[in-house]
Amino acid sequence: MKSIAIALTMALGAMFPALAIGMIGSKAMEALGRNPEAESSVRTAMILAIAFAEAVAIYALVVALILKFT
Amino acid sequence: MPEISIKPEIVFHLLGFPITNSLLLTTIVVLIFAFIGFKYYLQSKKVKKNYFFYFFHFTVKAIYSLFYSVLGEKTKIFFPLLFSFFTFILLQNWFGLFPGIGSILIKVYEHEKELEIPLFRGGNADLNTTFVLAIISVVMIQIFGIKYLGFKGYIKKYINLTNPINFFLGILEILSEFSKILSFSFRLFGNIFAGEVLLTIVAFLVPVLASFPFIILEVFVGFIQALVFSMLTAVFISGAIASHH
Repeated sequence: MKSIAIALTMALGAMFPALAIGMIGSKAMEALGRNPEAESSVRTAMILAIAFAEAVAIYALVVALILKFT
Repeated sequence: MPEISIKPEIVFHLLGFPITNSLLLTTIVVLIFAFIGFKYYLQSKKVKKNYFFYFFHFTVKAIYSLFYSVLGEKTKIFFPLLFSFFTFILLQNWFGLFPGIGSILIKVYEHEKELEIPLFRGGNADLNTTFVLAIISVVMIQIFGIKYLGFKGYIKKYINLTNPINFFLGILEILSEFSKILSFSFRLFGNIFAGEVLLTIVAFLVPVLASFPFIILEVFVGFIQALVFSMLTAVFISGAIASHH
C-alpha cells in the first residue's frame, strides 16, 4: 500500500510539470525563431520559468523520498 | 540497498553541540570560499595580476551582466549579496560531488548500537542549510523593501484598509512571503538531495562507469540551481523595491 502511494505521488507529481516544461520550451523556441537576437533574454526567462515548473515536481519528489525513507 | 537518510547524521559532539557531517563539509567550503575571496582581493590591488585573477574576474563579469539585465543600474548595491549566494551554493553543490563525499564511512555509537555513517555530506543535501539560506534571502528582500519604499510604503503593501479587496490582497502578500521561504528551501534541497540519491542508486545498480553521465548532469544541475536561487532573489528584490500604485 505504501509503495503504491509513493509511486503515485511521484508519477502524478512528475506528469504535469513535465507537460509544463515541454510547453515552456516549445514556446521559447517559437519566440527564438521569430526573434533570434533576443536569445539571451529568452534563455534567462525560460530557465526561470522552468525552475518554477520544476519546483512542483521537486515537492512531489521530496514527499516521495520522505515517505520512502522514514 | 545502501542506506539513505534524509536528515544529516551526527558525527560527534563538541561541548554538547552536535556536529553533523554536512556541517563538516560546509565548514571546509566556507574556508575555501573565504580563501578565494581573500586571494582575489589581494590580486586586485597589484599592478601585475596573475591568471587566477583574470579567470575569476571573467566569471564575475559574466554573472554581473546577467544580474544587470534584471536589476539595471541598482545591480551595484545588490551584487555582493547575490554573488555570495551564487558562489556559496555553487561551491556547496560541487563539493558534494567530489569522490569520497558520502562514500567514506565511519563508525559511531548511538544508543549503544554501532552505526556506519558517511563522514561528509553535501551541504545543500541538508534541509537546515537551505532553510537558512532561504530565510536570509527573504529577510534581505524585506530589508531592501523598507530601505527603498520607506516603512510606510512597505507596510502599505501588506495592510491596506482602503477597501476589502485590497485588504484581502494584503493577506495574500503576507502568505506569499512565507511560501517564498518554503519554495526556496525545498527547491534547492530537493534538487541536490535527489541528485545524491540518484548517484547512490546508479552506483549500486551498475558499479563501473554508469554513473559518469549522471555526475555531469549533477554538475550542470548544481550550476543551474545556484543560478536560479540568486536569480530569483534578484527578481524578488526588483519586485520589492518597485513602488506600487
